[in-house]
Amino acid sequence: MNKNALEGVKIADFSWVWAGPLATLLLSFLGAEVIKIESRKRVDQIRYSSITTGDSYNDYDASPIFNNANLNKKSVSLDLKKSKGVELAKRIVAESDVVLENMRPGVMDRLGLSYNDLVKVKPDIIMLSSSGFGATGPYSKYAGYAPIFASFGGLAYLTGYEDGEPNTMSGVIDMRVGTITAFVLLTALIHKQKTGEGQYIDLSSSECMSAQVGSELMEYTMNRRSPHRCGNQDSIMAPHNCYRCKGEDKWISIAVATEEEWKALCKAMGNPEWTKERAFSDGYSRWNNRAKLDKLISEWTMKYTHYDIMTMLQDVGVAATPSLSAEEILSDPHVNARGLVTEVEHPVMGKKKVISPPWKLSETPANIWKASPVLGENNKEIFGSLLGMSEKEIEKLVDEGVIY
Amino acid sequence: MKKGPLNGVKVIECCNFVAGPYCTKLFADLGAEVIKVENPKGDDARSRGPFLGDKPDPELSGLFLYLNTNKLGVTLDLNSLKGRDIFKKLIVDADILVEDKMPGQMEKLGLDYKVLCEQNPSLIMASITPFGQYGPYCNYKSYYLNTYHVSGAGYILPAASPNSDREPIKGGGYVGETDVGICASVSIMGAFYWRNIGGTGQYIDISKQEAEMALERVNIARYYELGKSPTRYEINRVRDTLVRCRDGGYIIVVLHPEKQWNGLVEALGNPEWINDERFKTQEAREANFDDLRTYLRQETLKYDTMNLFHKVQANGTACAPICSAEQVFKSPQTKARGFFVEIEHPVAGKLMYPGLPYKFSKTSPSHNRGANLLGQHNEEVYGNRLGYSKEELVKLREAGII
Repeated sequence: MNKNALEGVKIADFSWVWAGPLATLLLSFLGAEVIKIESRKRVDQIRYSSITTGDSYNDYDASPIFNNANLNKKSVSLDLKKSKGVELAKRIVAESDVVLENMRPGVMDRLGLSYNDLVKVKPDIIMLSSSGFGATGPYSKYAGYAPIFASFGGLAYLTGYEDGEPNTMSGVIDMRVGTITAFVLLTALIHKQKTGEGQYIDLSSSECMSAQVGSELMEYTMNRRSPHRCGNQDSIMAPHNCYRCKGEDKWISIAVATEEEWKALCKAMGNPEWTKERAFSDGYSRWNNRAKLDKLISEWTMKYTHYDIMTMLQDVGVAATPSLSAEEILSDPHVNARGLVTEVEHPVMGKKKVISPPWKLSETPANIWKASPVLGENNKEIFGSLLGMSEKEIEKLVDEGVIY
Repeated sequence: MKKGPLNGVKVIECCNFVAGPYCTKLFADLGAEVIKVENPKGDDARSRGPFLGDKPDPELSGLFLYLNTNKLGVTLDLNSLKGRDIFKKLIVDADILVEDKMPGQMEKLGLDYKVLCEQNPSLIMASITPFGQYGPYCNYKSYYLNTYHVSGAGYILPAASPNSDREPIKGGGYVGETDVGICASVSIMGAFYWRNIGGTGQYIDISKQEAEMALERVNIARYYELGKSPTRYEINRVRDTLVRCRDGGYIIVVLHPEKQWNGLVEALGNPEWINDERFKTQEAREANFDDLRTYLRQETLKYDTMNLFHKVQANGTACAPICSAEQVFKSPQTKARGFFVEIEHPVAGKLMYPGLPYKFSKTSPSHNRGANLLGQHNEEVYGNRLGYSKEELVKLREAGII
């Protein structure tokens, strides 16, 4: 038996930037074959710049950010503004199980690549459209990027200091949508395994964010109150915050849920007098006096490094972890023992580090077997071997600018 | 009645609080049969708010009600030998087990993957723990706050802080935990697909830290590309920015790429200051971002939130109001899509719940059941399916096993 969980699954991927590509990246880790359909006419913007970092790259094939999003994938380049380009894209779809797209609503329709068009060439196709606000409703035509989903979905309102502004977070929102998209596509594939039936799926990225904070939204539907952002605070645990440690911008997160943990924390701090004050005598009092409590704990944490405090407190059963920076993550002994980073050989950039799949499966290990494709890397293979076109035909289409 | 795409899939959930329960909620809401095994005291989420009508009743917790829709619930004390025997019987015809005990705990109970495999060789078992099953921190304790920060997701929040004077923070609500549930669900569905094409069962080790780091991949990659860690005070400057409106609401506007910027200033009626040399190009705007933000914020104060939202979007440019729970619920978009669904629960009654963020053309389930009461389905599961008699069930209850 093969060791690819998704052996034989073929995905025609019209998606770009992050939310779509992350979904097919995850499915490729599990063994799906992903054919990225792109074009020099309309280049995936993370091939030449990164929205998240503001960096720009001189070459379409030299973006480390694109590389991270498109490992394992194949690339064909087609001008979809030309009818022959659309025909070829349809022929790829006819050989595929799944179509994914996250263009602005209406673009696939205009190109002649709507679900209704595609189901004619592949009756059991599974197609998912990922959009900011969903494919129906008064805002369906509105544009969206990651921060928009977080804002409209209710997550941004809940993120931030109690006395500060809301926060939309960064590209992580696209990754959230991408991971949910991968799950949804798998459930449709499982349905198709069972019944042979494909279908169309309309995914709203804003609703994905709402679903992730569903219980907060229910505070409104239950009690007609909107919960407010609250920094690191919990509704009852205290201490429950990040505390400054020795060094520049170093922090330890400490969370205490039980009386036993509180006593262990006090002991680790050397049982200072203040811990015996009435204000901190039980969980309820500690929560009520949490501002004062946080200040006092900080006076202790500032004397040590965040890693020292983690060890001291974990040894006595108190949940404490550093708030790690990217640099610290990459040098952390636990992270390294589990292999967060994989190295791939990129045809243009050379050896590149990328992030490994986030699951350890015993029988079908998730895999990274190649770097991201250069633009049009697999034109010959896909048009030749998959669609059975001759070299001459392919050359002609290149000359006509259809394969572009 | 329409059934979901996972109709017929049998799942046992042995999880607490948010991450594991959210993972199996994803399955249950799409038609899988999920049996939630709670210890006789109940899931910790039951003691967390928000509570309906501010009554702190374990059956009225909004957190529990939301995370456990469409599940069957049984109680079982796994610390008793009898309880473990019953658990093994439950496993016999399950496709998937999701559990979240600390590493080694299931082995101590004699319920590790090896043992359960003997009961059911095609079982897919996923274990969700803070740091995974092995590695130097695998036995470390970590609540949702700690997990969020140790994965690097907190260090960069709140973005656009003026300096590092204040502490990094977590994402809103329990978002880091729901992230883990979603991440785990992808691998579990992949394993299930493989089993259906002739594969076997398997074991999946999910580390919450890894699930969250996978989402922060760009920030981590940036370090080894640029040799510098992203921080909450020096990142994402011209990508997007928050502005305030006349009525006090916030709007997020996106300033990159160029097309976004052009649409935004068009919507604002091309105010004169945009012609300033400082704001002519993307690079110049980056260099003079503080000034740009000041101008933008003054300009947007001339508009009401929803008015500006529609105006900017009409110019083909992405933006959105920052919505509170009330605004999400009342939004015409949410209403038109029927995102909130009414679900009836034996104690909480009829309430509106956030529903599925995806619509399947053929298999969107048409019916939802409220979260399970504590031990609500003991009789159905232990009696009808495993064949325990009424008398035996009474004894098991008296002994505190169920």
